Amino acid sequence: MIPAPFEYAVAESAEHALELLAESGDDAKLLAGGHSLLPMMKLRLAVPSVLIDIGPLTELAYIRTDGDDLVIGATTRHADVAGSERVRSEAPLLAYSAAQVGDPQIRHRGTIGGSLAHADPAADLPMALTALGGSVELMSPSGIRTVSADDFFAGYFETSLEPGELLSAVRVPRQPGADWGYQKFVRRANDWAIVGVAAVSGRVALANMGPTPVRAWAAEQALADGAGPAEAAELAADGTEPGEDIHADRAFRQHLARVLTRRALEHQRG
Amino acid sequence: MKVRLTVNGQDRSDDVEPRLLLVHYLRQHLGLRAANVGCDTTSCGACTVLLNGKSVKSCTVLTVQATGQDVTTAEGLAAEGDLHPVQRAFRAEHGLQCGFCTPGMVMAATGLLAENPHPTEKEVRAGLEGNFCRCTGYHNIVRAVLTAADAMASPSRADSGSPAIPTSTESAQ
Repeated sequence: MIPAPFEYAVAESAEHALELLAESGDDAKLLAGGHSLLPMMKLRLAVPSVLIDIGPLTELAYIRTDGDDLVIGATTRHADVAGSERVRSEAPLLAYSAAQVGDPQIRHRGTIGGSLAHADPAADLPMALTALGGSVELMSPSGIRTVSADDFFAGYFETSLEPGELLSAVRVPRQPGADWGYQKFVRRANDWAIVGVAAVSGRVALANMGPTPVRAWAAEQALADGAGPAEAAELAADGTEPGEDIHADRAFRQHLARVLTRRALEHQRG
Repeated sequence: MKVRLTVNGQDRSDDVEPRLLLVHYLRQHLGLRAANVGCDTTSCGACTVLLNGKSVKSCTVLTVQATGQDVTTAEGLAAEGDLHPVQRAFRAEHGLQCGFCTPGMVMAATGLLAENPHPTEKEVRAGLEGNFCRCTGYHNIVRAVLTAADAMASPSRADSGSPAIPTSTESAQ
């Protein structure tokens, strides 16, 4: 499979990328690792007329702390997030989540910003960002706005990114020593979650239980009211409206959400 | 669009369409046909090559994205005809059946051992998660990677071939 023809431009800086975006019109797409975008282009699900390559921008590839936050540049590769001592100690759930994306080759190319902007509700990192109460920085010619994960994911493969904006960085609260759990139910190696659960510090996020990553609000409330893992997990699927596909119908997904939430709240990882 | 990159140690400069995938550049423009197009969807790993020493799936990399970078294919592993320890171990341990996945397996394994020279069996299995063998010959592949790790840790053994089974060339010597 070969993508439809497009024009290709390399951004020399984040500012340059914004200029190119403004010049190129609505059909332009930012390219970083390309591991969500190129497969879509090969299937002609995406047919951008211009690709603006921000992959080589070292100014967007970093991991640093800023006060109470850990800040990760958008073009930081999954392997670098997963392998970072700083991420492992300050936000271990995020490091673990990055290590669950695809396979080693995919983690060498794919970027944290790309995965979040792609906004697949079954993917690892959108769920992790939601569980962590993180946010994204969206850069435009008028400056940078910060949007929480809860507000960023707007629908199935949809985000609140406006045309002309660039997702430049990811912020998560530093939580060294926080108890966390992570569960991903898959049938095949290297697949997306049929249902996923990430739990940390009383927050619970679910993957593939709706058009975006969703919070298990009722379970979180029960935890806040003093319920134990088993009791809170019984409420994990409350209010969810998961889709149905060849892998699972709605009732099975809701069952999985309850079982996996209990395991995640018991700090199991798998 | 002009691209300049290094492939197996040789500088290359070509004019390519931006949509040309790296695997097609390697196979069709350079005649390097070790990397296979298998699933074409970033799943099977048959097209795995090293990009700056790290394993990537070349069906999901644009040639223009490899500009200024260093690509290694299975052809580039066997310097002057001497098999790389990973290649030798695949032969010794019968780490292939039909052979289609082998170049990708060998490159993924080479990348894995560069990052983790002494992997456990579990780490080898996790490290090869992105490579499918439809003959399902995984046990021997994993054994080959562990054998290669041993051989690379003690170069004298690597020089004399694999410890387990002499290859036909070596037994003839």
